[in-house]
Amino acid sequence: MSTLTALARARAARAGRAVPITAVRHVHVSDEPLVVIPLMQAGEAAAPLAVMAGTDRGAPTLLVVAQPRNRDQRFEFLTAFAELLVPYIDARRQHTETVEATRSREEWERCTDAPQLILPNPGGVEALRLLGRSARFRTVDGPYPVDARVPLLGRYLTWFADDRAPMPGSSVCLALTSVLAQHWATGQSALEDQHLPALLSWIDPPDGMSGAAAALLAEDPDVVPPAGPATDPAFDTGVLAPLVRAQEEARAADDMRAVAKAEEELRAALAAQLEPTWETVWRGIDVLRALPAAASDELRWQVDRGRFTDFMTGIEDGAPPQPKRPSAVAAARRLADLESAQQSYDRTQAIDDPLVLARYRVGGEAFAGRITFVDAERQEIKGKRAWPRPLVVMQTQDEVILRPGVKLASPARVNQTVRLRAVRPAEAGGFEVELELQSGMGRGKTPEAGSVPAVGEERCYATFLAEQRGTRPELPDADQTPWTHGGPPWPHVARAEDQAEEWR
Amino acid sequence: MSPSVPQATAAPGPAGTAARLDALRGPVPPRSHDARTIAALTVNPGCSRRAVLDAAGVDKRKLAERIGFPARYGQSPFAITRGLAFEKQVKADNCAALLELLRAEPLHFDVPEHEYVDLGVEPEADPAAPASLDRAARYERTRQAFARVAAGEPLLADHPLLRLDVGGRAAYVEPDVVALSARPAGASASAPARLYVAEVKSFAVIDGQADPAKVGAAATQAAVYVLALRRLFTELGVDPAIVADDVLLICPTDFANKPSAHLLDVRRQIAAVERQLARLPRIGALIAELDPAVDFDLAVDPPEAKGEPGREHRSAVELAKSLTMVEARYAPECVTNCEMAFHCRSEARAAGAADALGRSVRDSLGGIESLSEALEVADGTAGAGSGQHEAARLLRAAARAYDEALRVVPRAADGPEADG
Amino acid sequence: MTAATRSTEARAVIEAVAADLLCRAHRGVIVDSPPGAGKSTLVVELSERLARNGERVMIVAQTNEQVDDLVEKIAQKHPTLVLGRLTAGDYEVPERLAPFRGPNLAFSSKLPELAAAGIVLATAAKWALVKEGEFPWAILDEAYQMRSDGLLAVAPRFASGTALFVGDPGQLDPFATVDTDAWAGSPWDPSDSAVAVVRAHNPLLPVHRLPYSWRLPATAAPLVAKAFYPFTPFDAGSDLEDRALSFAVAASSSDLDESLELAADTGWSWHGLPAAHTIRTDAEAVEACAALADRLVQRRATAVDRAAGYEREVTPDRIAIGTAHRDQAAAVRAALARPDRAARGLTEVTVDTANRLQGREYDVTIVLHPLSGRRDATAFHLETGRLCVLLSRHRHACIVVGRAGIADLLDAHPHAEPVRLGVPVKFPDGWAAHQAVLAHLGAG
Repeated sequence: MSTLTALARARAARAGRAVPITAVRHVHVSDEPLVVIPLMQAGEAAAPLAVMAGTDRGAPTLLVVAQPRNRDQRFEFLTAFAELLVPYIDARRQHTETVEATRSREEWERCTDAPQLILPNPGGVEALRLLGRSARFRTVDGPYPVDARVPLLGRYLTWFADDRAPMPGSSVCLALTSVLAQHWATGQSALEDQHLPALLSWIDPPDGMSGAAAALLAEDPDVVPPAGPATDPAFDTGVLAPLVRAQEEARAADDMRAVAKAEEELRAALAAQLEPTWETVWRGIDVLRALPAAASDELRWQVDRGRFTDFMTGIEDGAPPQPKRPSAVAAARRLADLESAQQSYDRTQAIDDPLVLARYRVGGEAFAGRITFVDAERQEIKGKRAWPRPLVVMQTQDEVILRPGVKLASPARVNQTVRLRAVRPAEAGGFEVELELQSGMGRGKTPEAGSVPAVGEERCYATFLAEQRGTRPELPDADQTPWTHGGPPWPHVARAEDQAEEWR
Repeated sequence: MSPSVPQATAAPGPAGTAARLDALRGPVPPRSHDARTIAALTVNPGCSRRAVLDAAGVDKRKLAERIGFPARYGQSPFAITRGLAFEKQVKADNCAALLELLRAEPLHFDVPEHEYVDLGVEPEADPAAPASLDRAARYERTRQAFARVAAGEPLLADHPLLRLDVGGRAAYVEPDVVALSARPAGASASAPARLYVAEVKSFAVIDGQADPAKVGAAATQAAVYVLALRRLFTELGVDPAIVADDVLLICPTDFANKPSAHLLDVRRQIAAVERQLARLPRIGALIAELDPAVDFDLAVDPPEAKGEPGREHRSAVELAKSLTMVEARYAPECVTNCEMAFHCRSEARAAGAADALGRSVRDSLGGIESLSEALEVADGTAGAGSGQHEAARLLRAAARAYDEALRVVPRAADGPEADG
Repeated sequence: MTAATRSTEARAVIEAVAADLLCRAHRGVIVDSPPGAGKSTLVVELSERLARNGERVMIVAQTNEQVDDLVEKIAQKHPTLVLGRLTAGDYEVPERLAPFRGPNLAFSSKLPELAAAGIVLATAAKWALVKEGEFPWAILDEAYQMRSDGLLAVAPRFASGTALFVGDPGQLDPFATVDTDAWAGSPWDPSDSAVAVVRAHNPLLPVHRLPYSWRLPATAAPLVAKAFYPFTPFDAGSDLEDRALSFAVAASSSDLDESLELAADTGWSWHGLPAAHTIRTDAEAVEACAALADRLVQRRATAVDRAAGYEREVTPDRIAIGTAHRDQAAAVRAALARPDRAARGLTEVTVDTANRLQGREYDVTIVLHPLSGRRDATAFHLETGRLCVLLSRHRHACIVVGRAGIADLLDAHPHAEPVRLGVPVKFPDGWAAHQAVLAHLGAG
């Protein structure tokens, strides 16, 4: 928690409404996202109760498990869910664009769109992950047969929740509370921010009420039902359990009319729990859309589209479902991917957004100020050549804790590496910083026009912007896993043992 | 209420403390501790308010309701049903399934044939006997059973009743715990068997992993049982190390009801609970410093006329005032652990305390306790108090960086890259 | 216990390690080395013994400084060995290696160019970029600080040979900048340490332990061993009488000098400041650290080690100040750069965070206690490895600077830890280690 964000929260508490901590939106919002609100049953893993989903705010689809205690009904539910999700995904594959060949890849076709799921909170994403895991190893035959669409749904859900959602910079599967908290600081704690209605009350309070007061009201599960995936225990005790009991009694008595009535009432009760959250999520999407998109949005979405394309190609080529246990090599690759993506996301957010960059200034990893002196002619002789090494002196009020020798870069000119030569306290307060430009000036002996900053300019320099994006190390193929990591993993004999996974 | 007269008090001895604690609670029976509440002692040891209320045995849930900040706890009936069903399944056939679980992969314990004994059942039950007698009797049965275990008999003890001394009062812990003798895989046959506490929980272990918060809570609870069992053996004159540091966690596997057993090393949790139990006597000094007017009497007299409410010994206002006289250490996490959380939160928010925003925010504000003070210092409208110059510098730098950044136009989506 | 006995014991361990390696009965051998236990000496000696028969040895260390240290030591001890230093493109040969440059020490960024070398040394990061080549022997230094995925990238180079993993299990664990919870407890957790993953997959590999710390004085080894290595304790390799710290200038009545006197007498001291909750770069604490170093130099401290046979002035470069955070280190450096202090050479004092002090040694260290001025402790501050590194760098004395109130903080620390199945428990934990240290220092 940086000081700047803490201060923002204090300001929000004073103002009674949330305070922005970004200037732009660092998450892509699709033209047609699929909002998914899962409700899961208490006491069991991956036991769905209901889902409200759709792309049209005015026309949600409600899927309900009519007999929550009946395990087979879960697969019927998943089949219905598949009937909703698969067409949405297929619709994103209609058009492609050609991507030029590069050193690492031949020319290929990339989808021009990609699916986007928006869940209320990280719990919702976790619910999808569990559903995906429970479904992707099922088969149409064997001891617990299911419809062919169920394992396919399982793979999709696993891709969304397990592959894309944790990947920094990806917008394919979003948890709304996390996204909103990324862009606003409220006057409550981060823990309370995980409650979607309360969080949104701070950001977008109703007329005539402060965000704080609205959030307090929104926390009451009797006023606003929780956003899920867990249901309110009082709801379970007071409404759900009696309805389920009534249904079972009606079934036992063979009274089909009573059964239908009980089912209707169950649906209505679950709908009443889900509808307010549905409205809230769409309100949250509106709020996000009102923010201007970050400059890197296009590029990041392009990466998502590429991954989507690759994933669908894999499915079509008949790849097996994502394994339960990754190999040591796959896990190492995944960690490298995650860290690299995090680094990249941090950089682009800071480059695109002055408010994000400001956090680093307070943390001591960046400083901003005015240029007071430039020696553009300065050179360094190395070997036989003279290299341009202009000297730049800056005055800054920021606390500069960096040591001489560190490399820096400015968001205004990211590809120019600058070396910190000296830091001195300035007479007028603050610090005087001496910098040496090392690159980004063209190939000649003198710097290109415009590549050297001018006296009087305001500039900001940060260490993490100059971090080398080193070449990724070669990892051995999985079948060449060395003994240190257990040797090559057993071949994927998935189908036999996994399909026998118990269900009762 | 009588006007408070400040008195100089030295810390009373244990008897004095006990008397004061009883007085704090008033004429209602004390809330007894169970394993969950003992485990909860480790959660926020620095909060005097909770410490005083717990030591006095005040019903915190009722107190919170009376002052208008009811806690929202509760378990779903579906979870309860499922938990009971799973436990029944595991313990079926005198726990035969459980024993098999331990013998099989991956634990490979050497588990002798056990004689099953259910300590929750009185051999010749007398339904008219009062509950407390029943407890004492059950504890005695438990002692006898474990004396036999100490002598080397492999007894599988179901529903034992164990006792722990918590702050001078006896606390009975009686969970769905089963204790059994075994040797871990690889131990020589001549090594003495040790006693393992087994806990049955209904949250699932999927692909070898379970919700870490739930496993942590189960581990702390199990540590309480280990401690209580060790105390029992000490009483019996047997080396308490006979009770293992590892406990067995039995959970459903993946998405079915099939149970799996997992070994949990709970030494850290045992150390934490022991630490908190050892701290409890310090409550004496805290109590001695309390304003004599502090009082949490929740008793309500029976109504004098039918249909009328009974007279409350203390009004909500008086109770709330008593609370203000005992310092709390609020953090947002309190809401998952303590019934008083909403009250303390409201108090912290009303006071504009940085605590209300969370521990890390409070730390980032450099030791400044009040939000308004932090803001004034950051805006430069107030000078820093003594000892806060650095925090002031930091906050002013943050304010400056933020306000300057607000005036900068962010990079346009269509703008060219690498501009000068 | 005489010096001779200790040497014999330590030697026996080295011989056992060599025997385990050379008999080739195992693919890997692990050596746990408490602070200052002679790890470098072990590596230098074994690399020569392995290379003796003409079989090539690859040595992996974590940082360039560590690699260059090993190059220097091997070149000094065994000048006839042909060494190859594999480097990154922008590497510059440090001055201390310049004298060895020649036919027996070549530098290159391409492995094939070092074909003549019997021993090739490089950082793990550089080895990870090498795509071809196999070595019958590998030595991995600071293997507990190496991450599992880093090992995976390097292992193909020695997979068909035998590897020696050497490291200190009590120091800082490797970390990741993203959440690695999903893998916690599984043997394929890429954020585990190299030794942890190797042992998870190969539980029968022999593990040896170097028995003595030659660095830590007899006043320090018991505390460090008890707090940080409770199940694998070690002893000091020296006796109490062997070492001494004295001052040419008499003590004044200042608090600073009082702390220095106590440190000289007992090997430790707690320099306490009044209780307060402060920002990380607590000016008073920062100034105290700098002032203590200053007084050491002003009073011309002298360190004597009769066993090792030196009597030398504690010059600024033999002093280190350790902190938990980089901004604290920067603040201390700034305080040392004050003109009068700079004139006394104080800018030569090493000031760094625990991460960067790992593996290094000084005569006297000053530590800014990680919990000083804090109201709440976080996992970062309580991490055992951090405290262990900070308190195990010194040969003569260690002074810990901190505000009163740390004991209260520990007392009030909540314990509601999440537990992951399958992850071996570190016991005693950071909390207990902090308590043990505070108790020993007599701190508040």
